[in-house]
Amino acid sequence: MLDILREYWLLFLVGQYPNGPLGGLVATLLVAICGLGLALPCAMAIALGRISPYMPVRIAAAFVVHTVRGTPFLMVIFWSYFGLPILLGRPINGFVTLVGALVLYESAYLAEAIRAGIEALPRGQREAARALGLNYWQTMGLVILPQALFNALPSLLTQFVSLIKETSLGYVISVNEFTFAAAQVNNQLLTKPVQVFSILALTFFAVCFTLTQTARRLERIVARRRNGMAKDGEPTALLATEPTP
Amino acid sequence: MGYTLDFGAILSGEHLRWLISGLRLTLELTLSSWVLALVLGVILVLLRSSGIKPAEWFVTAYVEVHQNVPLLVQVLFWYFAVPELLPEAGRIWLNERNSEFLLVMLALSFCFAAYMSEALRSGMRAIPQTQHEAGRALGFGYLRTMQYVVIPQAARLAIPPLINYSLLLFKNTSLAMAIGVHELTTQTRQIENDTFRTFEAFTVSTVLYLMISFVIMAGGALLERRIKREGR
Repeated sequence: MLDILREYWLLFLVGQYPNGPLGGLVATLLVAICGLGLALPCAMAIALGRISPYMPVRIAAAFVVHTVRGTPFLMVIFWSYFGLPILLGRPINGFVTLVGALVLYESAYLAEAIRAGIEALPRGQREAARALGLNYWQTMGLVILPQALFNALPSLLTQFVSLIKETSLGYVISVNEFTFAAAQVNNQLLTKPVQVFSILALTFFAVCFTLTQTARRLERIVARRRNGMAKDGEPTALLATEPTP
Repeated sequence: MGYTLDFGAILSGEHLRWLISGLRLTLELTLSSWVLALVLGVILVLLRSSGIKPAEWFVTAYVEVHQNVPLLVQVLFWYFAVPELLPEAGRIWLNERNSEFLLVMLALSFCFAAYMSEALRSGMRAIPQTQHEAGRALGFGYLRTMQYVVIPQAARLAIPPLINYSLLLFKNTSLAMAIGVHELTTQTRQIENDTFRTFEAFTVSTVLYLMISFVIMAGGALLERRIKREGR
């Protein structure tokens, strides 16, 4: 296993980068970070839509969330693969395809995490903000969302782990990322699948496990802060940071 | 754009047959993995609460590994690496059958067993010890205490995540495409290659996936409501 790492560590890390497209673990992380960065604003919009005072907006947001939750991510990838070039009017590379699919898919999941964060806030917060004379957008932007995002921080980090794991599906449409790099190495060696796929799995584990543990620690910190704030003595339940495959 | 939608090419003749066979395989994969995952999940929970330290460590490690490695990587590992680890006879046995289906089913089951065991455990853990004691004080034996006091309350907490994981299990059967199992996603791609009707093919299969997902979601919501009522 070590000799494979010594031979191919650069391919695992950055793919064929200086002479070709960026790939490997760095591309995987880059895709995940871009996906999260672009999905967050969309998720906030959907979350606000889910709790909007206007029923048509609520229905539309719920429709988006449930449709995405009912579709396999692989299907979303194919929609992005075939649909995005037509929407944008020009061919796109695998990197953009994968980021597009992640934004579409994860917006719905992140929105639910943010909504849970909003709903965990006492109603008094919104009423107090309105009583101070803030309008809807000021209430949301200055009072509700900052607190809700803090509450949702552990769930958001857990969701980021899911994003990292989901980038591996880029392999199916031959995007240059970590899983694809491992498959390339496997094709070159042919006789050492156990070692190659162990390297792949262990590296993913190291990255994701670190983040998962951080999310758990954050959850305890957030829970302590929130219980300190809730004066009525009722310990608020932990926000679910359920991981998804 | 001059592009007219034509679902006829997909929803008739040979292509319809491909679609139906793909759907059937997806459902078979979902059901068989679901049953095996639940059985393994229960075994994992029992091991974890057994009080034997090495068994508890094993389950903790098992759960963390399966939750922190992408499912596709697990599927690829089962497909490419696990047969290499088997003795000669096992490999021949696998090659003679349609090993792809079996291997992806095992990958899904072993992965979702980890998730399901966590859902079951969080349900069990939320029931305070005093509930056990109260059951015993009422004169119930261990099994009756479990049956009438602990499990009804634990189930109420465990069933929502279990339904969520069942839905995810169903959706993730599409990963079988990566190793060439002819389930719904693979068949969709084949139809698309055969007809060049990309949008029609993917619309039809997305709608099929959505319909089954909605059935799972609605069934789950019904079940949750019923359990809540009974628990009162």
